Amino acid sequence: MPLPLTDGLLVVIKRDCDTCHLVLGVLDQIPGLMIASQDDPGFPHDDVFDDTGLELSWELQTDTTPTLYRVADGAVVASAAGWHRQRWEEVSRVTGLGPDLPASRPGCGSMIFDPDTHERLLRQHSPVTLRSRRVELGSSEDPYEAMAARGWSDGLPLVPPTEGRVEWMLSGTNRHPNAVVCVMPPDLTECTVEKVAVNAVMAGCLPEYLPVVLSAVEAAASDSFNIHGLAATTYFSGPIVIVNGPVRSQIGMNSGVNALGPGNRANATIGRALNLVVRNVGGSIPGGIDRANLGSPGKLTFCFAEDEEGSPWEPLSVERGFGRDESTVTLFAGHGPTEIWDQLSRTPESLAASFAGQLERVSHPKLALLFDAIVVVSPEHARVFRESGWDKQRLRTELMRLLTRPGAEMVRGAGGISEGLPQSMAGGDVAKFRPDGLWFVHAGGSAGLFSAILPGWVNGDIGSMMTTAVIR
Amino acid sequence: MTILLDPTGERQPTDRPLTSRLDKIEGVTIGLLDISKPRGDLFLDQIQAHLEARGATVRRYAKPTFAKPAPVDLRARIAEECGAVIEALAD
Repeated sequence: MPLPLTDGLLVVIKRDCDTCHLVLGVLDQIPGLMIASQDDPGFPHDDVFDDTGLELSWELQTDTTPTLYRVADGAVVASAAGWHRQRWEEVSRVTGLGPDLPASRPGCGSMIFDPDTHERLLRQHSPVTLRSRRVELGSSEDPYEAMAARGWSDGLPLVPPTEGRVEWMLSGTNRHPNAVVCVMPPDLTECTVEKVAVNAVMAGCLPEYLPVVLSAVEAAASDSFNIHGLAATTYFSGPIVIVNGPVRSQIGMNSGVNALGPGNRANATIGRALNLVVRNVGGSIPGGIDRANLGSPGKLTFCFAEDEEGSPWEPLSVERGFGRDESTVTLFAGHGPTEIWDQLSRTPESLAASFAGQLERVSHPKLALLFDAIVVVSPEHARVFRESGWDKQRLRTELMRLLTRPGAEMVRGAGGISEGLPQSMAGGDVAKFRPDGLWFVHAGGSAGLFSAILPGWVNGDIGSMMTTAVIR
Repeated sequence: MTILLDPTGERQPTDRPLTSRLDKIEGVTIGLLDISKPRGDLFLDQIQAHLEARGATVRRYAKPTFAKPAPVDLRARIAEECGAVIEALAD
């Protein structure tokens, strides 16, 4: 933008700066001084240049408040950052400034360098060229049919990723479109922010969902999560996305009625976007690399938020080592849900025994230690544990106890069933789950004495580990 | 006219010719890579017997877990030690 004055003096200040408050009297001493305020167009009085959009500060590349500028012929010819009497007197050509003030005082950081703001301004002022290949459709081609024909779809209709929509989607993040988010298996292709945005558009996301999708993509491509193996497996599982922290309400996610079902755009499209990235960028095509013999509907999308506010327990993210004020995305390789029906238990012991009875079935009643599980505990079941003072660890300990059985009952051939643990495990007792293989998340509607099990794929070091990433 | 952005990785797969085929089995070291699924060993035992009957030397390898790609070091070792490799799934 052109400077708002051709010749004269200009100072850039902000209310949220002690040094700016310190020099307010000095500003009155300088005749004809134009004041530009970064954060409050009423500071220090109404006769200021409103720079809350920071366009002027960006033009000047103001890095400190206050900064005094001398402008001649529309260009800056001298400046003084912070408060420095001698420099201010040189620039303003006024003497005797701020006689009661110290000789100098460092200024404050300019708002254009606030991390989020800086990225936004940078993008705004240096337009990025989107690098994806342009696919021109014929005038009589239906975009929906064209996209399906090119193999971009998971089977459902896609939103056409036009340049305009992709740019709009990118407004949801401060990350640079050309930045590489990850190297996406199984094809090990570099996946940029732009590619994630293109797929997020197709999935039906709003721009404010994009940071969640980006973090989910990062987590998916991590070594610990092992999306390569998950994408290729013959088993049912796919990535399950669980969102915690303030972002849930900011983007309107559902953790209540029908939390695992349809009806919420954020839940539905974030999970879908992740799977489209794995498909289109990673190259995991069902029937190609994706060898699931039956698969599961959750591989289209499986994403929900935890009901932290109604939970008797700390959120999953806190258990995973993050703060309550941090927004996180947790990925679990699994499928489901499978049911836990219990309408009669009013004691934690009875309800835990019901949970255990169903958890024993995860993968197979005679297999253990290979498959983790998440129990999505609904509000009415959670109430039983809350009223009894059972924390997560108490419940976990009880379930581990109930789910530990003699290996002899579980080995191959026992009970007339060939499937089972190796004979070498016949000698002792065997726990169904690894010590860190059983997780609890609170979600669901206020009525319904049912909880859900999300059974895992091969978990732990040899397969996929639950992976949590901060949303930024 | 509608212009869409390509959502794929836009990879340009490199054309690589197939490694030349063995013209005989006798005297060749053949690697058998078990991906570590149950009973892969039974299957590979059979293959090994057939190959050895035809004069091949057999070396056995196994992936640490069927759920992940074979480690780079293992792939390099097989390439160094063998004239051919057979990778086996089972269940």
